[in-house]
Amino acid sequence: MNRAENALYELNEMDELANGNSPVHRFSALAKLLVTVIYIAVTMSFDRYDLSGVLMMAVYPYVLFQLSGIPFRTCIYKMRYIIPLIAFVGIFNPLLDRTAFVTIGRVPLSYGWLSFAVLFAKGMLAISASFLLAATTRIDAVCAALRKLRMPAEIVTVILLMYRYVSVLVEEVGVMSNAYHLRAPGQKGIHYSAWGSFLGQLLLRSMDRAQELYASMLLRGYHGEFLYTAEAGMAGRDWMYLLTWTAVIALLRSVPVIQIIGNLFM
Amino acid sequence: MIEFRNVSFAYEKNRPVLSGISFHIDEGENVGLIGANGAGKSTVMKLLLGFLQGEGEILVHDIPVCKDTLAEIRKICGFVLQNSDDQMFMPTVLEDLMFGPVNYGMTKQQAERKADEVLAGLDIAYLKNRYNHRISGGEKRMAAVASVLAMEPEVLLMDEPTAALDPYNRRMIINTIRKLPQTKIITSHDLDMILDTCTRVILIGGGTVAADGPAEEILTNKKLLEAHRLELPLRFSGSSI
Repeated sequence: MNRAENALYELNEMDELANGNSPVHRFSALAKLLVTVIYIAVTMSFDRYDLSGVLMMAVYPYVLFQLSGIPFRTCIYKMRYIIPLIAFVGIFNPLLDRTAFVTIGRVPLSYGWLSFAVLFAKGMLAISASFLLAATTRIDAVCAALRKLRMPAEIVTVILLMYRYVSVLVEEVGVMSNAYHLRAPGQKGIHYSAWGSFLGQLLLRSMDRAQELYASMLLRGYHGEFLYTAEAGMAGRDWMYLLTWTAVIALLRSVPVIQIIGNLFM
Repeated sequence: MIEFRNVSFAYEKNRPVLSGISFHIDEGENVGLIGANGAGKSTVMKLLLGFLQGEGEILVHDIPVCKDTLAEIRKICGFVLQNSDDQMFMPTVLEDLMFGPVNYGMTKQQAERKADEVLAGLDIAYLKNRYNHRISGGEKRMAAVASVLAMEPEVLLMDEPTAALDPYNRRMIINTIRKLPQTKIITSHDLDMILDTCTRVILIGGGTVAADGPAEEILTNKKLLEAHRLELPLRFSGSSI
């Protein structure tokens, strides 16, 4: 299996996850989307040194992983290419901020390391929440929810088409890559001298395909708005889900639970 | 029903693809449009659907194909593209089938009923909630036909409907085409399929209508076909394949 085929396989796995039937899957996409947005916004709002506060926010993904039956390791595996990027965002903090805030044994721990840890934790929690949304909600339902939230039709259409055609693009890349390697035996990857023509060909093929696709849309009466069959509204239980999680998130944000517990023992 | 009157078209100046072609297709006819690569078959389709504008006149039900009538023309003429991935752009088969009818004024409920009806008619009801990117090539082709049929077109235009299909799926598509009551215009190099599905053939060559007549007559004329870089259908060629 080449890398493109592997990517396709992983994409299919995400579809399988989204088609599950756990209690989390059954809540409306709109409720889950709103909770995810609120959760990420609140998580990002913590002070750069407030590690205990950020760690408490792990309650939300923890509960959702349990309820949905999706293993946490699946999330880590799917996000394996993003995690180094998250780490990279704060990698220079320990170098720029060397003021020690605590000494463990004889090793001083700087504020730089603390802010790095907070940034990394925030990133991990945000991608966990995003992953949980994608793994428990079908893409068409997410798009219907985005339209319900008045996101411009053009943007939602692009999201939908990207999802639909990423597999086609990956297949094209796989075919081109196979064709390349059949005539370049022993080479690892694609030589940089061929990158230009490789990407150029891919772009031309994509443009051709886009034209055909747009023609197909026009032939079926497209006038700027897509159809979403998924139910975008919210029932009573969805409101309960939204309100409960909003309250829990607000509580976690405003009450320093770890500090309170720590104070009890000191 | 469909009339081409002295239609000419050139992608580049002084290099015409079509030079004054004229033909008439009656309601209920099944017409195969054949010709070598670059002969202008796809151009004929694109002109009919208003994606290209040439000289001369094209009429569908006496409605001239022009900018103002495109919505009407495209409602009458459903087009099944050669590549089903280009045709099926929604995430699921159901959404794809509902796309056209909703755009042309049906409610979601009506469109879903229509989709159910079409899928059942083609014996592919099991595809209803499947993702388009996760169904096989043959299933995708059937779903693409269904997505056009859901719009209740009077004319069905099909571009290479059997291309890249295995023998089983090819036969399935041919049987499906034969059952459809619409007027059909089919372009293909699969002349056996044309023979199975069409009663009349229009051969495009040299920018003109090189031949127009009963399918059996044209598709057995070796000299004519070879003069236009085509070959006899396999069943007449003596091939053991």
